[in-house]
Amino acid sequence: MKFLAKINIMPREELLDPQGKATILGLNNLGFQGVENLRVGKRIHLQLEAASSDEASAKVQEACNKLLHNPIMEVFEFELVGLN
Amino acid sequence: MKFGVITFPGSNCDEDLIFTLRENLGQEVVNLWHKDTDLQGCDFVFLPGGFSYGDYLRSGAIARFSPIMNEVIRHAERGGYVMGICNGFQILTEAHLLDGALIHNNTMSFVCKNVWIKPATKNTILTRKLEDRAYKIPIAHGEGNFFCDQDTLKRIEDEDRVLFRYCDEKGQQSEGSNPNGSLNNIVGITNKGRNVFGMMPHPERAADPILKNIDGVYMLESLLSV
Repeated sequence: MKFLAKINIMPREELLDPQGKATILGLNNLGFQGVENLRVGKRIHLQLEAASSDEASAKVQEACNKLLHNPIMEVFEFELVGLN
Repeated sequence: MKFGVITFPGSNCDEDLIFTLRENLGQEVVNLWHKDTDLQGCDFVFLPGGFSYGDYLRSGAIARFSPIMNEVIRHAERGGYVMGICNGFQILTEAHLLDGALIHNNTMSFVCKNVWIKPATKNTILTRKLEDRAYKIPIAHGEGNFFCDQDTLKRIEDEDRVLFRYCDEKGQQSEGSNPNGSLNNIVGITNKGRNVFGMMPHPERAADPILKNIDGVYMLESLLSV
């Protein structure tokens, strides 16, 4: 079976996110008021073959742990969509 | 001592480092390629600065899985010397050869300037010959903010594994002398075995008399008396 994993990776809450801080300055300059705590993360889409959704889930978990996220600075979550 | 300098796709300080080791320090140096699977008998392996794999995903995250890294990890585990400068430091943390991570500078900017750093330990081959003073070394990075959890930080400091701390010209450590937000002004660290080193500043960019600053030479010379 083919699956699509939609992975969200975010900087850890306790860490300052300079990218988010810079981006909110841009929003403020555009005239947006009352906007706060903008944080920038990553969205990864990954297609994979697996015998079951459990197997697909385990593969995605492993990919996230080994390469796609760094637990020291980031957290991740994902959803799986069956493609056939 | 035979030195090796690894070139990853996107490395850009490899030639500077080779020049410094060969011309300024008179050492035998080989250039290693990221796809190589042996270290050609090198005693000391350098991972240079640059933007390996375009800094995609995270700085150093993809280079960490280059074929040569298996050999680098094996070399380090056998007690062999390994040092990462700037992007090389980022690769070594991603490879778990060094603790912590290098996150975005808290300044919201890429920082390229000379900074002052002071040795924080005498107990490494990189720092043992250095004086108790501030050394002027250039930095050039966007992700050089050393971060780890509090337990790891305590362990690093209790085990005397901080190599240098950012300071002012007089050697005084302050928040103002910290260019990137690194925890406790940490510039670089070593591992438990004291054979793996990582630091953000570039000693190889302060190693030729024509540049009017040879503070980097003192650090690299310290390695030679093993």
